[in-house]
This record gives sequence, structure tokens and C-alpha cells, in this order.
Amino acid sequence: MALKSLKKKRRIQVIALAAVSLVVAVALIGYAFQDGINFFRSPSQVVESPPKSNEVFRIGGLVEEGTLLRGQGEVISFNVTDGGASVPVVFSGILPDLFGENQGMVGTGRYVNGVFEASEILAKHDETYMPKEVVDALKEQGVYVEPES
Amino acid sequence: MSIWEYANPVKFIRTTDKVLPWIAGLAAVALVIGLGWGFFFTPDDYRQGSTVKIIYIHVPSAFLAINAWLMMLVASLIWIVRRHHVSALAARAAAPVGAVMTLIALITGAIWGQPMWGTWWEWDPRLTSFLILFLFYLGYMALWEAIENDDTAADLTSILCLVGSVFALLSRYAVNFWNQGLHQGSSVMRAGAATGDTTERVSNVFAVPLFISIAGFALLFIALVFLRTQTEIRARRMRALLARERQA
Repeated sequence: MALKSLKKKRRIQVIALAAVSLVVAVALIGYAFQDGINFFRSPSQVVESPPKSNEVFRIGGLVEEGTLLRGQGEVISFNVTDGGASVPVVFSGILPDLFGENQGMVGTGRYVNGVFEASEILAKHDETYMPKEVVDALKEQGVYVEPES
Repeated sequence: MSIWEYANPVKFIRTTDKVLPWIAGLAAVALVIGLGWGFFFTPDDYRQGSTVKIIYIHVPSAFLAINAWLMMLVASLIWIVRRHHVSALAARAAAPVGAVMTLIALITGAIWGQPMWGTWWEWDPRLTSFLILFLFYLGYMALWEAIENDDTAADLTSILCLVGSVFALLSRYAVNFWNQGLHQGSSVMRAGAATGDTTERVSNVFAVPLFISIAGFALLFIALVFLRTQTEIRARRMRALLARERQA
């Protein structure tokens, strides 16, 4: 009986040690990745330190209101902003359903002469779910407020 | 009356046999109500249109994919500390169910992402850790099969489960850690019904059937794990009897 409980104690010690070392390892990796895991750059970062024109990267932010221009042939242009800086974007291709003014987007492409030439545009979803009829009714009454994203 | 009495295989089978029809029945009712309501009696979303309806499969399956792994972690730790075989077998029984849930979440997510985001797949932190979780499920099941000795297999898979729980937690909280990436944050916790908040971001019209679907998926998971654990117990007993017969 004494031997059995000693074994059990040893098992608990081993598993606790394993758990602690795992947590430490994950914390170290997370710490090391703190800057490196950015999925996209913000317009402010791009304006501050413009990447070379041959570097492919992602830019993310909101589509600035009143800047979205469609129907110039195949090209669509708009400005992407994070509140601080704003970067003009050109793109030719199919836009996702959720794309629109004041909505989040992530674009892949290159920064050439102050214009972001996107090869791919993704829309971000802002975790807001509302019935269409309700929003239409609110808009009709003029009391609809865009949720902040 | 201690909870550890249910670690006795006979007691476990007897008890689960009694509650299994009830859990399975409740799961069926909740799934029919939740999914039926969600698919046919909810309005279109103001931006997503009817694509929003995939939420009734995607969110519950993703929720269970993560929680199944955490359940396996708890069961594995109980095995390591207290050496209850039923606990190790319950972890083993849950793995394929969790793996299927992970696959469903990945597939429905891709189907939703193509029209909404504009891409089937993106190496976003949350999506990536979810894919790694799926690979961990496959590795976990393979490790159980690969080791002859039952106790050694239970020990080693328990350690694998401990390591994999990093990705189970990461896929849930990656958004909060880095505050970046493509995948939106958790919508469910922002529902008015969950927080009592009046400025709801997820309208109750969508949230209520969603919660019923989640309950249905969770009950289905419990029923399947009970059933599969019973099968594992009986299979192991049969192997033991056959081995004894050969020796005699």
C-alpha cells in the first residue's frame, strides 16, 4: 500500500513537471513570436516605413468611406485606413460579399509609388449578426447606427 | 457514494445504459429544434444573406472540437493519477468523435469563407491552430493503435493529449493573444442572451436557435462517448477472455 501511494505521488510529480515545462515552452515561443506573428500590417506602419516595391505583404484596415470607386473598367480603387494613416489601393478581380465601405479588409500585394497594388482582397467579418429586415427598417427610420468594428 | 465508483467498469456500463436513451433522445430533440429553427425559421443576415445559416453547424462543431480535447485531457489526467482504466478508455473513445467535429468545423468554415472572406483557407493564427488540432487528433488515434501494451498506450497518449491541449486552447484564444488575423472573435459570447447586454451584436433571433444547436451537439457528443466507452470496455474484456482461453 505504501509503495502504491509512493508510485502515485511520483506520477503526479512527473505530470506536474511536464505541465509546467510545457507552459514555460509555450510562453517562451509566444514571447518570441510577439512581433513576428502579425498577419497583416496597418496603413500607419506601411506609411511610416514603406516596404520595397518588390516585397509582397498584407495590409489590413477599414475601407475609408467615400473612397470606393467601382466601374473604371476592371479596376476597383479605394483607400484603406486605420484611423491614423490611409493608403490608396487598386485591385482588379472579384470582391468578397462582405466587402464594403467602413468594413474591415485584408489585402495581399505590393506597395509601389505610394499605391498598394493588391493581388488578393479578403473581407473581415466583424462578428455582428442582425436580421436584414430589422436593419432595413432602422435605416428607413434613419436611426440605424453602424456597429463599430 | 463517491464519484470514483463509476470508474468500476460494470457500474459504469450499468449506469450509462440507463441514462443513454434519455441523453440520445434529448440530443435528437435539441438537434431537430435547433437546426430546423436555424435553417428554416431565421431571417437572412443584413450583410451575409442566407450564408449566415452555416453558423448553426460551424459554431457547435468547433465548440465541441475544442471541448472534446479538453475532456480527453481531464480523462487522461485521471488515468495518470488514479489509474482508472475506464477513464483512459473514455479519452480514447472521444478522440474519433472530436476529430470528426474538427473536420466538420474546418469544412463548413471553408465553405463560409469562400464567399464571405474571399478565400477557402488562409494561414490565420486561429485557422492554423485548428488544423494542427485536427492533426493532433489523428496522431492521438494512431498512437493508441500503434502500441501493443494497453497501459503504455494510455500513458503515452495522455502525454500527447497534454501537449495537444496547447493547440486546443490556442484555437480558442489565438484571436485574443495576437488581436490579429482574419477570423472574427467569438460571436456567441457577445449574444444578448449570453451577456444580458441590450446593445447586442448577435441578434437573439440568431442566438437562441444557435444555443439550442450547441446543446444538441454537446448531448450528441456525450451520448456517443458513453456508447463508445462501453464498446471499448467490452472489447478489452473480450480480448482478456480470449487470452485466458488460449492459455488454458
